[in-house]
Parts: sequence; C-alpha cells; structure tokens
Amino acid sequence: MADQPFRNPNGGAIDRGQPLCFTFNNRSYWGYRGDTLASALVANGVRLVGRSFKYHRPRGIFGIGAEEPNALVQLGQGARTEPNTRATQIELYDGLSAASQNCWPSVGFDLGAVSGRLSAFLPAGFYYKTFMWPPHRWMAYEWFIRRAAGMGRAPVEADPDRYEHFNAHCDVLVIGGGPAGLAAALAAGRAGARVILAEDAPAFGGMLRGEATTIDGSPADRWTEAVTTELRALPDVVLLRRTVAFGYYDHNQVGLVERPYADLAAPPPHAPRQRLWHVRARRVVLATGANERSMAFGNNDRPGVMLASAARAYVNRYAARPGKRAVVFTNNDSAYAAAATLSAGGVEVAAVVDVRPQVEPRLLETLRSRNIESIAGHAVLRAEGTRGVSSATVVALDGRSGPARRLDCDLLCVSGGWNPTVHLHAQARGRPAYDAGIASFVPGASFQVEQSVGAAKGTFALAACLAEGFAAGARAAAQCGHANPVGPTPLAEAEPPPAAIQATWRVGARHGRREKRFVDLQNDVLDADIELAVSEGYRSIEHVKRYTTLGMGTDQGKTSNAVGFALVAEALGADMAGLGTTTFRPPYVPVALGALAGSEGGHHVAPVRRTPLHDWHLGAGAVMAASGQWMRPQAYPRPGETLEQAARREAETVRRAVGIVDVSTLGKIEIHGRDAAAFLERVYTNRWTNLPAGRCRYGLMLREDGMVFDDGTTTRFGEHQYFMTTTTAQYTAVHRKLEYYRQVVWPGLDLWLVPAVDAWASIAVAGPRSRAVLAQMLPRADLSDAALPFMGAMVGEVGGVPYRLFRISFSGELAYELAVPADRGAAVWQALLDAGAPFGIAPYGVDALNILRIEKGHVTGAELNGRTTADDLGFARMLRRDGDFIGRRSLSRPGLTDPDRRQLVGLVPADGVTPLPRGAQIVTEPPRGEQGSSLGELTSACISPHLGKPIGLALVSGGRARLGQQLLAVSPVLGRQVAVTLTSPHFFDPEGARLRG
Amino acid sequence: MIIPCPWCGERPHTEFAYGGDATIRRPAEPAAASDAEWFDYLYIRPNPAGAHRELWHHAFGCGQWIEVRRDTLTHRIEGATPASGAEIDRDG
Repeated sequence: MADQPFRNPNGGAIDRGQPLCFTFNNRSYWGYRGDTLASALVANGVRLVGRSFKYHRPRGIFGIGAEEPNALVQLGQGARTEPNTRATQIELYDGLSAASQNCWPSVGFDLGAVSGRLSAFLPAGFYYKTFMWPPHRWMAYEWFIRRAAGMGRAPVEADPDRYEHFNAHCDVLVIGGGPAGLAAALAAGRAGARVILAEDAPAFGGMLRGEATTIDGSPADRWTEAVTTELRALPDVVLLRRTVAFGYYDHNQVGLVERPYADLAAPPPHAPRQRLWHVRARRVVLATGANERSMAFGNNDRPGVMLASAARAYVNRYAARPGKRAVVFTNNDSAYAAAATLSAGGVEVAAVVDVRPQVEPRLLETLRSRNIESIAGHAVLRAEGTRGVSSATVVALDGRSGPARRLDCDLLCVSGGWNPTVHLHAQARGRPAYDAGIASFVPGASFQVEQSVGAAKGTFALAACLAEGFAAGARAAAQCGHANPVGPTPLAEAEPPPAAIQATWRVGARHGRREKRFVDLQNDVLDADIELAVSEGYRSIEHVKRYTTLGMGTDQGKTSNAVGFALVAEALGADMAGLGTTTFRPPYVPVALGALAGSEGGHHVAPVRRTPLHDWHLGAGAVMAASGQWMRPQAYPRPGETLEQAARREAETVRRAVGIVDVSTLGKIEIHGRDAAAFLERVYTNRWTNLPAGRCRYGLMLREDGMVFDDGTTTRFGEHQYFMTTTTAQYTAVHRKLEYYRQVVWPGLDLWLVPAVDAWASIAVAGPRSRAVLAQMLPRADLSDAALPFMGAMVGEVGGVPYRLFRISFSGELAYELAVPADRGAAVWQALLDAGAPFGIAPYGVDALNILRIEKGHVTGAELNGRTTADDLGFARMLRRDGDFIGRRSLSRPGLTDPDRRQLVGLVPADGVTPLPRGAQIVTEPPRGEQGSSLGELTSACISPHLGKPIGLALVSGGRARLGQQLLAVSPVLGRQVAVTLTSPHFFDPEGARLRG
Repeated sequence: MIIPCPWCGERPHTEFAYGGDATIRRPAEPAAASDAEWFDYLYIRPNPAGAHRELWHHAFGCGQWIEVRRDTLTHRIEGATPASGAEIDRDG
C-alpha cells in the first residue's frame, strides 16, 4: 500500500490485508491493522512528532508503550478529541487523525523554540524564583506561562460516549499478559480458581510478541495463542485485553480501565467507550514487566534517540525500521539482542558502544557475525543534529584510549538498564528495595496480598519468568482452595546468565559543555537542574521532585526517575538504597475522567426525586426547581405572568380564599413502640408524654452542641403510635440520627422507626375557605372545631382511599394537611381542585409558601442554619424544664447564653418601599469615612402581598432588645444599601386568630 | 475497603456512612457531667494511629449502626458487631 519507506516487506504482527489511511499533522499516511500510531509513523519515516514542554525542542518517538515521554498527541477531533495520548499506545484505525501538541504555528517551525536558546534563564525552580513577586503580578504571568506550556486541548463539546463501571470478584487477579502473567493465569486457571487476566496491549504476549524465541518447543506467538485459547475455554477465567490496571487500593481492590473499542474511531452504538472495573481479588499476581531506561548524555532528546528495546520491538512486532543506520549505546547485555534484531531487520548497525570494558565473547560473536563493531569501555558523549540525530560522538571512559570518534547514524538506541514496574506493588504499600545487581528498585516486602513475578520482580530470563509465574499462579490458587493438577511448567530454552550491568546515569563531566543532558524528557529536566536543586539545599527526593518537576509529567517518570534519583544520590554522596523513591500513587497511566465518572454524568450525577404529583405539576405549567434531590413546583405562572407575579397571586389566593400545595417532600417517620413517647421527649426539646391521641404538636430538635437541628410536627395516632414529619432538607440526616440514638445510645428503649416519606402524598389545603373545600371532599368527616381543633388530627376513608387529616398551618391561615397513599395522590389532588373550584381554589408553589411563612415569621433552612439556638429563634419556651434531651447540657454553656447572640427579628425598609438586598449584612450607620461592623445578616426576604411592602427575617446581635432601631442592610455584592427598621418577625396575625378559624 | 456487616455480610464501604469514634460514650446523666466532661464528649476525639473502634451506618443496606474494629494505619478490619450490643442468633 502506498509508500511506507521504512516498512519491511515481511514479518510483524500486522495485517497487511487491512491497509488503513490516517492523517498526522494534516498529512495523509498509510499503515496496517495491528499498527499503533507510533509504529505507523516509524514505518512512514516520520521522526519529528512533537515539541518539548519547556524548551520546545524537537522530539521523536522514544519508547514503545506506556513509558513514552515524547510522542504525546492530540487524538481525534470535535467532541471525541483527546489530549496527551501516547502515540505508542494508540491503535491505528481507518481515518484516524492526530496532531502534535505544544507547538505553534507548526511542529517544524515553533516560535516557542526560542525559549530553548534562553534556557540559561530557565533553571530549576524558575517559576518559584521569578514570578512570585510582586504577588499580584502572578495572575498576569500565569496567562503567558500556561499559553507557552499548553499540553493539548480538552474537548469543549459534551462527551458523546458512554462509560460504564463493573464490579468483579475473583480468586486470582493477574496483571500483565506477558510470559510470566500468562503462565500464572494458566496455572491458576487449571487449578480451578476464578481468574481475571488483564493486559494493557491489544494482544497478549508482552515482550514475546513478534519475537523468534520458542516455548515448549513452539514459536512464542503460537504458545501465546495456545495458552489464551485454553484459558478462554475455562469457565471461571476472564481475559481482558486493552485493559490497564491503574490503581491498587485497600483490601486488594484494583482499578482497571478497559478500552474495548480502542481499534475503532468510535464505539458501536450503545457500547461503552471505556469500562472501569473495580476488581476485588483474594490474591493478586503482578506480572507488569519492566521499563527500559535511558542515560543522560548530550542532546539525548533528539529525534532518533530511542530505547533499544523499543527499536527492537518496532522491527519485530511491526516490521518497521526506526532508522537507516544505528548506533547502540548500552551498559548491559540486553541491547545486544536489540542490535542483532535491527541488523536482521534491515537497519545497518554501525556499532554497539558499551560502557563496560569487557564484553562476553558470545555477544562479541553475535556482533561479528553481523559485521557490527563493538566499542567497549566507551560511551556516547553527545548526539549531533538538530531536527534529528545525524551522528554520535563516542569517547573512551578511561580517558586514555584515543580521541573522540564521531559515528554517523540516524538512530541512537540506548539501554541504561531495566526498571521493574513496581508501581502497583508500591501503591499497595509494598516497599521497593534497591537491587545493585540490576541497578534498580525491585519489589520488597508486600503489604497487601500481592506477589510480583517475572521482569516486574527483576527476573529477566524467559525460562525463569515462566517458572516464576506458573508457580505463583498455582500457589495463589491453592491458597484460595483450588488445587486441581496444573501440569508441567512451560519451558523455554535456557539462556546463559547475563554479565553484570555497569550502572551508568550520565556521561560527561558534571560541569561540562553547555549541551543539554536530559533526565526527564517530558518535563525537560536536566542533570544540571537536579544538581542545582541539591546545591540549593534540597535533600529529600520528594522535595527535589517538586522543585525540578522530575517525574511529574503524564508519564510519571517511567524512563527518567531512576536516573534522576541516582543523580540526587550522587550529588548528596548518598546511596540509592538510603535515598529511596518518590511515592508511587495511582494512576499508573492517565485515566479519562469519563471512565471514572462512568454512567454518573449529567442528570445521573445524583438521583432526582419526584413527588406523586410531579406529572400534574408539569401538566399545569409549573416552573420546577430543585430542592435538594427533590423537584418541587416553584410557581404556576399563568400566561403573561412573571414568576414573581405568579407567586404573589398564589399567596394572595391563600390569604383571601384557598390554595393547595404539594408537601409530599416533607420527611415522614413512623415511630411505634411502648417507649415511643419517652424517645420523643429525649430527641425533642418539649414535652410529649402528655400529648393525647388525635393531636399534633410542633417539635424542636437540637444537636448535642445545643444548636437547632430540625423542626416539624409529630402526631399521636394511637397509644404507642406516632407519626413524625421533618423538614425536606434534613430528613435523611434526622432519620440516621434518630436511628443512632435508638440503636447506640438508648438500645434499651422499646420502639421502631419506619421511614415513610415515599408512602404518602401530602397536600396542604390553606386559606379561610379550606374547611369548606374539605367538607365537600370528605362529607362524612366532622370538621368542626370541636371534632378537629387546631393541632388536631384524624384518620378516615373516602371513596375507598384511607387518609390522614391534620389541622396544622405553615401559612398562618386556617389550614389542613391531607395525606393519602402515594398512588392515590394525583386523584385526590384533582378532586380537591374540583371541589374547591367554586371557592376560588388555586395551586401554589414553594415561592408562595415562602412568602406566607416569612409573613408569619416561621423559620426554615435559612434560619435553622446550624448556628442558631432555640432562644436565638425565640423558642425558649419550648425548652422543657425537667429531664434530659439531646443538646440540653450544652444550653448552659456561656457561648449559648450570651445576650449579644444573633436573634431572630423582622426587618422592614425604613422608607417602606425599597426591596431588601438578598444576603445583606446588617450594620450600624458607620461614622463618616469608616466601615460599619456587622451585627448580623438578612436570612429571608420577600415583598409581602399582605402588607404591600418588602419584609425580611434577620439574625441580629441582641436583636430582640433592638426592636424599633434603625440599621443598614448592606450588600457589597449587589452594591446596595437600605435603611431598615427592626420589628417583630411576626408580620401577620401575631395572635394566631386566623389559624384557629 | 470491605466492611463485614454483622447483619448483611461483607459489603463495600461505599454502602456505609462513617459515624465516628465508637469509644465516645454519651454521659448517662448529662446534667451531672462537668463542663469539661461534656466538652470532651462533644469535641475531643483521640484519633489514634492504629487500632480503632468506630461506628458505621449501613445506610445503603440494612440501616443498622455497627461497630467496626479497624486499624487506621493499615485499614485492616478485624471484625464488626452491632453497635446496639445485640446478639445475633445465627440459627434463628
């Protein structure tokens, strides 16, 4: 298919029958099914893929997988665009489009690159030192800094895709589907355990993919195929590809993200884009492999500098040649196989430069057979070339073996050793330990029930990885009680043990030439930055990390941390083991917010609660408003009415005739039992044992610290049968608290609490004609004052519908509350409207309800704000004199008896017309040129239809002693100030004549 | 975390609401408590690093308050019992 100049004609685990067209930076290319974006770019000879974060230096593909620090691209367009995706892990699909980040106007010509030339002025801690003073200027600097740094763009449109969460339990979770992980899953599966095997890549096999080695006499790829086929046939084994384990949490819970359709531009209809798995495993086997790391030498960030293992995998797995002529630079044996692979794959390998003075004869023989020069005891001092490597300068490390040599090459493969992927082990609070034998950290003592195997444990020989994984899988299964025979351990050819690595972190003098030696490619951290941090006094590795930003990029330092830590240790004269590592925290790789949110997005963030009358409200044109989780009608505006006009009309209707309001949201709790009254006396402040059956009482509930917690009415229906209502907002908290006192504090009391909020539809019927309307509705009921006085209650049945009728009033009018089974609510509501039509009935919403209660001086959430006492609100008479109740002991504390506490008062504007500014502070008239100090705050305000003027409720210091005083209501936010007069909070019918009929 | 509800069995902690230190006892006679004792009851929590007894409410389960023995350093949970002190009759 169209020219792919760096693609070999044969080989690779790609499907040449499925050519795919894609665009990168607006140019079209071809690749194959099975490619990643990175391998397709390699095959097309695209070397420059991005610009670096701080210096805007040209960068190329560096790695092969999750460790990639450079090749971060903006993937896709529109609502599905995704920033900071690793080209090495993006599966190619037809029509894929991706673009470089962090460059403007283009990756080839980047204006920001000038900052690279100013780099002497951008040392570690630059931002802290330069931009923090004067403090107010930071806001201005930040805009430019963010613009210059920008790491891709988040989509601005709504995410069109679905995400879902799975919960799963298993005996053995195996993380990593390379040779060790496959062997572990095979043994555990054969033993009969419930197994989940998760592999990040689209295919199982790990480092085996595309390799020529054999296992149990078969080519590696065929062995992988056979193992996965056997595992798929087992009933209790789940195989997950395209699934990364990102976090290890308490009690052996592991978070996985599966990308089931990552090989498509978009998921199929109704299928999730990503799936988050919460796996709870009895045993976890970590077979997460190892990441190769780099070494710091001059210009080691140039496009063409690549990890040796990555170059090898591009050739073997994707038949893509990452260059024409390579130099391999190593300090260990593993890069020799990479050199041989490159050579066999059509890349000319000029030399293998090894820092070790002695190289094993069999490795030398490998090189000789391929005509590759061995340059032992040498190191690459620097790379030359600007847009890409053009040569490497090689120097002898003993300083005597001749002058520097310059080797022409366009590919510089580096192997600085291997870091076992200990991330999950460390997240699980294991303690990684330094192993000088491989110059890296390996898993130490485990804290949770997990075990590392294979390269993740620092075991690199294939035969040993297989044996370790197989044994661990069988053992984990046995520990879960599954001991079926597991068969023989998979066998690989024995390899001679490798020669020792020679730990090498940096090449060149500490204060050498001015060229840059990069430790962290993604965050542009130089060896000099780390030394500067240490010379400025930083000692802790955690502090050096934060000061230099080492390892703080999206790659979290997978290829750089070990080098950085070693340079800190060197500068401090400490050893690596003593220095330790920075803390490994989830996530291992970036996780999309959509995956974490799952289906809980948009209106699914929280449940929406609707009353039994919800549909009626909508049909009547109500404007609905959220009240906590509940949807309640705010008002029912008629054509041409504003919300305010509607609320005013509804409130006037209640005062003049009759209105009905849906109060089904009020909390309801049935309280039954011999000790129910005793319990009520302990949770409420007032007396309950003398309440006769068929009567209601208003109750006030405190917290133990003496503040008012909630209020409501409770009705006695039988000797041991009570029915409590709470505020809408506090219902859940009240119920939980009452259960706490019932179960934990007074377990000896004999009573039960039954939550009943959803059982009833509750309708308040309020207004001077409410009795007449109810008389129509309930012809058999005796509604006389004698039979049903104020604060009376009765039960009955009408038309087969059982009801509870309470004569209680929130509005201050003659009023009733009618409760019927929830499913009959709508019918009863409609029947009330029909019966009330001749009386001028109208439904009213919470806005009118609020007006009516402010006129009456009734408190709600704005006044029951957790900082007010019963006395503050004028409820001192509701505090029983004898016995214990919740919060009583606190009432005598000095802070609660202070006469200057903020007390509930009413407010009216001094001029009688100016509306009160919402949220206003109440202040004294300040002396000229000074600010007044706050005496309190306005809590509720409305324009009273009854009084025809603005009124409000306020909490004012020593307020009851200030009635009649003139103060100021000031809202700096609204820029308004109104002179107000303090009054009683009871604006309407203070004697309560109307509600008594 | 997995919390072993004595009524429901092992459940994820997301079903529970944390309810604070279970060793704090409301004075039997609050009126007889000194200001200092009442202050301690209201506000002072030892917040131990290590073994701890704490209350959890199985809010999205059986609705019962339970006492959980948890190590705050390791999150290891030794067990849980009804906070009411009720005996659970396993055969009943």
